[in-house]
Amino acid sequence: MNANPSIVNAGNVSALKRAVLATVIACVLTVGMACSKQLATAGSGFPQTNEVSGWTRTGDIRTFAAADLSNYIDGDAEKYLRAGVRSASTADYKFGDQTQVVADVYTMSTVDSAKDIFESEPAADARSAPVGDAARLYAQSLVFRRGPYLVRIVAYQTSAQLQQAMLDLGQGIEKKLPH
Amino acid sequence: MKNKAGENRRDFLKSCVAGAVVAGVGGLSQMGSASSEPVPGKSKVVIARDAMLYGNGNGTSSTPDSSRVQKLLDHAMQTFYETSDPVAPWKKLVRPGEVVGLKVNTIAGPGLSTHNALVDAICERLKQVGVKASDIVIWDRTNHELERVGFQISRDGNRERVIGTDDKSVGYEENASVHGSVNTRLSKLLTRTCHCMINLPILKDHSGAGVTLAMKNMYGVIHNPGDFHDNNCCPYIADLNSIPEIKGKFRLVICDAMTACYEGGPGFKPQYTWKHNGLIVATDPVAHDYTGWQIIERKRAELKLKTLEEAGRPPKYIAIAGDAQHRLGTNDPRRIAVVEV
Repeated sequence: MNANPSIVNAGNVSALKRAVLATVIACVLTVGMACSKQLATAGSGFPQTNEVSGWTRTGDIRTFAAADLSNYIDGDAEKYLRAGVRSASTADYKFGDQTQVVADVYTMSTVDSAKDIFESEPAADARSAPVGDAARLYAQSLVFRRGPYLVRIVAYQTSAQLQQAMLDLGQGIEKKLPH
Repeated sequence: MKNKAGENRRDFLKSCVAGAVVAGVGGLSQMGSASSEPVPGKSKVVIARDAMLYGNGNGTSSTPDSSRVQKLLDHAMQTFYETSDPVAPWKKLVRPGEVVGLKVNTIAGPGLSTHNALVDAICERLKQVGVKASDIVIWDRTNHELERVGFQISRDGNRERVIGTDDKSVGYEENASVHGSVNTRLSKLLTRTCHCMINLPILKDHSGAGVTLAMKNMYGVIHNPGDFHDNNCCPYIADLNSIPEIKGKFRLVICDAMTACYEGGPGFKPQYTWKHNGLIVATDPVAHDYTGWQIIERKRAELKLKTLEEAGRPPKYIAIAGDAQHRLGTNDPRRIAVVEV
């Protein structure tokens, strides 16, 4: 059995290498799948009705893979694709009885991808807001990024309470983003 | 402000108004033959505006006054067709028995889509010239987008039909239409349901094409718009609009420029919109888009933003659509008669 120990040893080393390699691959796949799952499901965490005070979620959450993004945002999709978007999820909300709002969560491939999109838009008359890593609050919209996620909340009507309400909703969405 | 021809804007408008009479009658005869071939002389573009369209004029209301929209539509159409009768233009445009499609633009949601009030006003006039309500088809890509901006889906009955191409009863043609760089399947609402079409786009900036107006709105009649956004959408937009079913069926553009977008389009980003309070009417889609582009550039200049060319998205599709290969209209400002009322 030990007539040629060097061969046996070589075989043992090969087996060990294979085992280590298999373990590494398994780990990489597991982590990769976990990350992938986490990013892919980022949009499913939209707050439910009244989870954020005053907000009603109307309709279903819709999720678009990168390849289908133009079905949702037409030509805007190119910009997101260039930056490395993985998916986008969207949900409609109502604030009070009057104000219709749409909330989008873009799952980007990296933090820098989200930053690229955020920085590509003129700040105009925005003010900063305490949500995410960086945020811009306008009269009728709130845009912020947190890690690889870019969140955009847009209102179709205005009201005196709207900015604070959008900030509340934004913070509610941020809590649901995967860490 | 100097345009390409070296004229200042005042001179340009003066020459445009002078040319308006020449263009008007030519445009009407063109309507009757349901052709979109450019006419000799100038292409007429009417821009009608009402500062009080949103009520108080300061832009705080999100919904235009529907009675003022009807008046604005009449003013624009009467100016374009040079008549004092608000119904007369529609008699020249359509005939009873024809199924008339209204291709709205609803992808951006309630803030930046063809207003229901404009569609209602057009339907009212179409019915007054003998078009049955059920022969009016208001349509876009999807039922969801139509419903989201306030249209109620209606497949049949005695009222106007409202339907998306994605409805189970509609869909896209099995066979592809091919023209130049474009290989696509057309909505059956265009190919089978409607005899003629009125194009109702929005005045918008576009992150790829530069602007999205009449010709880009045709991306909403095909199954694969996502395939045609490279290279500032060139030459795709021009090639798509050259497909005979599109070129032959669209008789008029009425651009909803009540709320317009100068940056961040085509999606609705309210911080980059303004109340332009207007409608733009034309039969020449190239002249129309050229004129709309100039409006957006003026707004960007006012806000000290880069020109669209400097921003890396010149709307070069307009010149391609007007070139000798496509001949969809004119982008030469000396051959465009802009009438502002």
